[in-house]
Amino acid sequence: MIDPRGPRFAAAVTTVVLTAVLLTGSGWLALAQAAVFALTAARPRLGPYGLVYRTLLAPRLAPPAELEPLAPFRFAQTVGFVFAAVATLGYLLGSPVTGAVAAGFALAAAFLNAAFGLCLGCELFLAYRRLTGRPLPARVPAS
Amino acid sequence: MDLTGLAVGGVALLAATAYGLVHRRRAGTVRAVPADDSTAPLLAELGVRPGAVTLLQFSSAFCAPCRATRVILADVARATPGVAHVEVDAESRLDAVRALDIWKTPTVLIVDAAGRIAGRAQGTPTRAQVLAAVDPLLPSERTPA
Repeated sequence: MIDPRGPRFAAAVTTVVLTAVLLTGSGWLALAQAAVFALTAARPRLGPYGLVYRTLLAPRLAPPAELEPLAPFRFAQTVGFVFAAVATLGYLLGSPVTGAVAAGFALAAAFLNAAFGLCLGCELFLAYRRLTGRPLPARVPAS
Repeated sequence: MDLTGLAVGGVALLAATAYGLVHRRRAGTVRAVPADDSTAPLLAELGVRPGAVTLLQFSSAFCAPCRATRVILADVARATPGVAHVEVDAESRLDAVRALDIWKTPTVLIVDAAGRIAGRAQGTPTRAQVLAAVDPLLPSERTPA
């Protein structure tokens, strides 16, 4: 369980970084953001934006009113990584439009999370499972 | 300054803002559903029992508001006689999710005492929204003789 303001802060920083990626067209900055997404998805405690939140901001704020599970945050970071990786490849391999479009999707998602608290896993995960999952009758019976 | 990036970024932020505003307005709103008897066996299989109004919640592992929704619905079920709360892991019941046209979590189906879906809400409803949706489905209060 985590302080829900941590992911919101991380999403705000991500929004700024992705805006800079789009304005500069820098594949290296996109790569840096992709690395941040990958690290945060794999080891949320080591995520650099979360570290900034916990060391600089959280001590100055009131304790969180409620806590949030970690899994939705990791899911969102994984989705972010996929888009940032495509953006990096696009920019660095000479297809800046591919890079910009992929960075644009990542920007929209990060901004929705930062500004509206939108939960990416809620929006996408079930749709993804519906489209990929075999229509098998209940691996686990409903409780 | 990358003009393609500027245009893409502008479109992304505008589209996201529009989506976010619509999403926020709709969250938790209970929409009425036309009566349909055909889903009754499936609902029964998911744990809906006849005789009670059931708040049937579809959740998933990557869904932060599912937890808040569970707290509110369980609380309403505890406080209101004749109301039950059933939570289903959507991913383990993709067959039901497809049959009931569920795409996002949390989705709450409000099932009347006869086992028909009367309403559905996406996102976390407030306690008041749940009570307002459930109230017309409960037997009207009898005045003491």
